[in-house]
Amino acid sequence: MIVTGTVPTATKQVALAKKVSLGGKLSNTLGTRVGRSFVWALAILWTVPTFGLLLTSFRPERQIKTSGWWTAFSNPKFTFDNYFSVLGERSGINLGRFFANSIKIAVPSAVISVMVAALASYALSWMTFRGREWIYVGIISLLVVPLQMAIIPLLRLFNLGAHIGSITILPALHFPAIVQTWIAHACFGMPFCLFILKNFVSSLPQELIEAGKIDGAGHMTIFRRIVLPLSVPSIASLGIFQFLFIWNDFFVGKIFAGGGQNAPITAKLVEVSGNRGQDWHLLTAAAFISAIVPLTVFFSLQRYFVKGLLAGSVKG
Amino acid sequence: MGQLVSALITVVLGLGGFVGGLLVLYAITTRFPERFREGGQIAVFLGPALVLIVIGLLIPALRTTFLSLLSDTEGRPFGGLTNFKYIFTDRNMRRAVGNSALWVFFGGTTSTVLGLSIARYLDGAKGEKVAKSLIFIPQALSLAGAGIIWKFVYDGPPFAYGLLNAITKVIPGLPDSFGGDGQRIWLLESDARMNTFLLIVILVWVQTGFATVVLSAAIKGVPEALGEAATVDGATNRQVFYKVTLPYIRPAILTVMTTGTIGALKAFDIIQATTGGNFKTSTVANEQYIKFFLEDRDGLASALAVLLFVIVLPIVVLNQRGQKRAAEMMGG
Repeated sequence: MIVTGTVPTATKQVALAKKVSLGGKLSNTLGTRVGRSFVWALAILWTVPTFGLLLTSFRPERQIKTSGWWTAFSNPKFTFDNYFSVLGERSGINLGRFFANSIKIAVPSAVISVMVAALASYALSWMTFRGREWIYVGIISLLVVPLQMAIIPLLRLFNLGAHIGSITILPALHFPAIVQTWIAHACFGMPFCLFILKNFVSSLPQELIEAGKIDGAGHMTIFRRIVLPLSVPSIASLGIFQFLFIWNDFFVGKIFAGGGQNAPITAKLVEVSGNRGQDWHLLTAAAFISAIVPLTVFFSLQRYFVKGLLAGSVKG
Repeated sequence: MGQLVSALITVVLGLGGFVGGLLVLYAITTRFPERFREGGQIAVFLGPALVLIVIGLLIPALRTTFLSLLSDTEGRPFGGLTNFKYIFTDRNMRRAVGNSALWVFFGGTTSTVLGLSIARYLDGAKGEKVAKSLIFIPQALSLAGAGIIWKFVYDGPPFAYGLLNAITKVIPGLPDSFGGDGQRIWLLESDARMNTFLLIVILVWVQTGFATVVLSAAIKGVPEALGEAATVDGATNRQVFYKVTLPYIRPAILTVMTTGTIGALKAFDIIQATTGGNFKTSTVANEQYIKFFLEDRDGLASALAVLLFVIVLPIVVLNQRGQKRAAEMMGG
């Protein structure tokens, strides 16, 4: 039960002057001090494995294989060799190619899924037709379909087409592997994208949309001139999230991009760590190269990321 | 460099083709006779999403359910529930189911609890942003990358010296089975439960970042006046947290719990990048992958996928209900 009393003005003013949040006020106790030390210890603990890998990736092969990374503090020897050999042709890994593959896969996949979701969100919010609510509920309930369940039948559809008995409903769609991958990512991400975006788009002020209609604007004009510009925060955060998700995926990319030389960088990582477990010096550098893009994206766009994602689901 | 340029060209062509196609379709609908125009435009706006969902999720889900009822013998005859019976009687399968239960139980809750306490104690503290970023870093890495990072923690001789061994070695009085001699090959010794827990640690390490960021934003959304009013009325900080903050951010907690649990159920990339499911660490998701892609047992693989779906479903329903109730409590 929340007790609602009148807050004395003095307390209010102090609080305003200090600009402390609720949690900040809670902090002036011993328990909180212990809690904070615990959290900081956790933050450092969380960083140690990643830091170890980063340090290792700059150590010479021999050192990596004979001693732990923490000995590098007493005996510092560093080199860029691991990075050069992973990116070069000679190691047989040629990571640069797979890095480019990942860009080819992740950027269009993310943009296409967000655009398709934005169009559909507009239709589900501002176009009137029968069964609108039901279609939305149906889509959202598909959030629960696990990827593993959907991936194989979609692959079959691309390769073999769809048949009932001996009647062909859809012939085999021989799309280029890269297009297949885009479509697959857009398929699997669609319920989530719609879940986030539709909430946002339907909460836009109705008067604006009506005003557009009265001025004789068509749906596409209203969508491009009014809805899109107003939805930028939500679209940006969803785009970032989709991009991170797709970049870090290795399953869909591995299956649809045709494997081999067209696989995304994550699939190559898994392959190398499985087949060449002894090439640790190469693995460390490879892991870092694959992490550069998501880390940059996250740190530079952190603010949008959280705000937009919360817009639909959480108050505040 | 050439590869990057070709990547950029692919990106531009792909996106250009997609947008161009949509605009052309829309332009065609504007020429439709009045009566069909609105319908045509609805189709252009909603159609792409519906097509993607139907071919990518709806049809596959139905097809997999059907496949799960076929047995994997010659000609794939109808087998009823034999695949499911097999899952619950075969020893390896049962272990995978048990391991998945461990993943769900510990993976989903631990990251939520950790995220919540981090968000609570960090709120308003000095260096809050730095600490949160540090904890979020693993989330930005791929699970495949995480697997490699943790190899350097868990690995034992002869390949290299893992961090965990270095630590257990200097703790006095630790038995060898806990790495007291610094020679333990973690993950590769056949203690099923221990190995699975070591892998769950990786998942928690990855997921806590998301939980922290979302819950921290939610805590900041709690109106100050609420907590102040309670404090003035004599509530202790602890009471304020449990009686005011927690109920207020319940929807966010549910969201984090749900995504965390589903993540734990689906996580097989961690396993693939570390043990490959050997050493008694396999889970339902990992078995599903192995049965379909390596052993060509489509029926069994589909049954495993259906099992995953059946486990996830109540979690999502509970989440939806909880969200609704929370919204009602807030008067919204």
